[in-house]
Amino acid sequence: MTDTASARSGDIRADYLAHARQRQMYSGILLLVFTLLMLSGFQLADARNAGGFWTGIHQFFDFPSEVVSEAIAKAGNLPGLMWTFLPSLIETINIAGVATLIGACGGALLSLLSTRGLARFPALIPVFRRLMDAMRAIPEIVIALVLIFLLGGGPVPAMIAIAFHTTGALGKLFSEVSENADRKPVEGLASAGASWSQSMWLGVLPQVMPNWLSYALLRFEINVRASAILGFVGSGGIGYDLKTAMQWGQGRYDQVVAIFLLLFATIVVIDQVSSHFRHKLVKGH
Amino acid sequence: MAAMISTAQAGSLGDAAVAAFDRKRRLAFTVPAVVLLYLTYVFFAFDIPGIVANARTDNAAILLSDFWSYKTHVTRDNRTGNVTVAIEGENKGTYPPGRLPDWVGMQDGVTRIDLGKGYEVVYEGEGARFTVPDYGVIRVEPEGRGIRLELPEGEVPSWINASSARVTATTPQGRFSMTRNRTETFRYEPGWELFFFTLDSPFSGRSVPELAGLAVSGERIDPARPNIAYMLSEFWTNKMWRHGDVAWALFETVLMAFLGTMGAALVALPLAFLAASNFTPARIVRFALRRVFDFVRGVDGLIWTIILSRAFGPGPLTGSLAILMTDTGSFGKLFSEALENIDRKQVEGVQSTGASPIQQARFGVMPQIVPVLLSQVLYFLESNTRSATVIGAIVGGGIGLLLTQAIITQKDWEEVSYYIILIVLMVMAMDSLSGWLRGLLIGRAGRT
Repeated sequence: MTDTASARSGDIRADYLAHARQRQMYSGILLLVFTLLMLSGFQLADARNAGGFWTGIHQFFDFPSEVVSEAIAKAGNLPGLMWTFLPSLIETINIAGVATLIGACGGALLSLLSTRGLARFPALIPVFRRLMDAMRAIPEIVIALVLIFLLGGGPVPAMIAIAFHTTGALGKLFSEVSENADRKPVEGLASAGASWSQSMWLGVLPQVMPNWLSYALLRFEINVRASAILGFVGSGGIGYDLKTAMQWGQGRYDQVVAIFLLLFATIVVIDQVSSHFRHKLVKGH
Repeated sequence: MAAMISTAQAGSLGDAAVAAFDRKRRLAFTVPAVVLLYLTYVFFAFDIPGIVANARTDNAAILLSDFWSYKTHVTRDNRTGNVTVAIEGENKGTYPPGRLPDWVGMQDGVTRIDLGKGYEVVYEGEGARFTVPDYGVIRVEPEGRGIRLELPEGEVPSWINASSARVTATTPQGRFSMTRNRTETFRYEPGWELFFFTLDSPFSGRSVPELAGLAVSGERIDPARPNIAYMLSEFWTNKMWRHGDVAWALFETVLMAFLGTMGAALVALPLAFLAASNFTPARIVRFALRRVFDFVRGVDGLIWTIILSRAFGPGPLTGSLAILMTDTGSFGKLFSEALENIDRKQVEGVQSTGASPIQQARFGVMPQIVPVLLSQVLYFLESNTRSATVIGAIVGGGIGLLLTQAIITQKDWEEVSYYIILIVLMVMAMDSLSGWLRGLLIGRAGRT
């Protein structure tokens, strides 16, 4: 009796040890593969780069110090330059703001249409989901560059591009929230004869609004960065000014610094404000 | 007494409810009004009416038609009389002498171009004639330093654009244009031209069964290697579409995203321990590290990209480092928050067995945070694939560079469409890959 028990416990121990060894081996192999991938990847990237890593690392501070020293020499210009670039900064923020607004509205609609139990046309749920996936998958730069060809420069191509992507991204996050919404208010409203839009407006939106707003604020933060980058690649906003100043090179580094400072301050402020409000929205008061 | 209190309460409750409703009603009115006001302001600040008025619908038409069709130029240099047939008018797509598409016939200095449905262009002598069914024959002859146009009786239709220097006739079957120096006909055909083999390849112009036959059996075209290998290499090095380069560019983009994300995670993890209040008692270290994270995040990816490309030159390494820099800040913040939220009991349990701090971290902390970290990292990996496309356009690496180059030339829209389709497929593939990995790794970590 005790023999069998101890034998069984011995089995279990052996099993456990074997299992643990196997797991350790798997994690070891995984780690090895990962390390090899990283190393060879960096080597490959280094080989295909115009300048090597080890030669470049010494020059890392050359450009910033060159820029900063010129800016310090012309420090008196900075406030004036910041004032000059303020309209472009506002344009960049406006691009992000409008894109977030449009994207949030579109995303809200798509998410409600693709949430099980809330959808207006249940048969079309997969269609709306795939639509959101596709909208998320297309990088903003693709749409922006094509639209610049069609609409010319300016802020609108970037705005449409970001709004398009935001619709898909927020739609997915929104639908995760609305999936967890309580269905009882909707049923109550439906029994009182409310239409679909009424039951969404009065039954679902009040429940999901705090989380939705929090996601939208986070997205706004991301979109400000995206709109600065798109300005650099395409046109419009402060990114474009940065590109022109950079292309001019030496002699305009005070402008570069002014734009860097503006952009940095904006991103930090928006980051802080949005995280404050998001905290308030999600945790409640 | 009690009843009086309760009615008083009810009254005040009712007042409160009414006030709450009023506030809600006001809010429900103000918020849309403010949004509308803002949109109106932006409508004029962005000059939307001007943009709508200046929209290039002709460019949209070019883009759409290039997306699904291609054109072949049949061009005669009127001074020498030489006729060339070239796909998209490019050198790489020029038909070699002695080989012509079956709708072009050349005999005794007369070139017949059959555009289908009875439309036909003939280059004869110095002039040309374009037969259009239901209209008649358009004749163009050089005259002095210009050209002379002969049309059928009646009003000049809107699809013919004529001056003394240039005639252009645009029909659904193709376009004909002639100046003193040059006669040109475009024929449009559906599809992406020369997608598999260029004209100089021995495999070009063969049908699919014929190619399959060649691949499987058949005599070797190049005695040195089997046909199938030859075929693949011809496809891979296609001069028009450069499939090999495009594949490399895609790989480079994914590489940038992978190296940047994973590198950032590796750098951020130890730093996150130093920035978490339950692991680092020294306030000053924590504070300093948090400010570093904020700084790195605040100096946006755009600025890092610019600074780094100055130091390292264009290429994928610069892109990886730019992603690495920005994400180190984000990961540092996320990881340290995850570390602060762990359950202390597991760590104490490991500690009670006499484990060193490193062992505590390995066996007490890591199992708790690994699922959170992995899911964050994988999410970033997917979103960085998209960022790497944009960063590639700035630093000059990967598919982003090819895309911007193709768009700047404003001519190879079929290539632009090809790249766009590939980018979307790449992002979707990375999305499913990261989802699959998340399920695999976290599923396993969750069981242990």
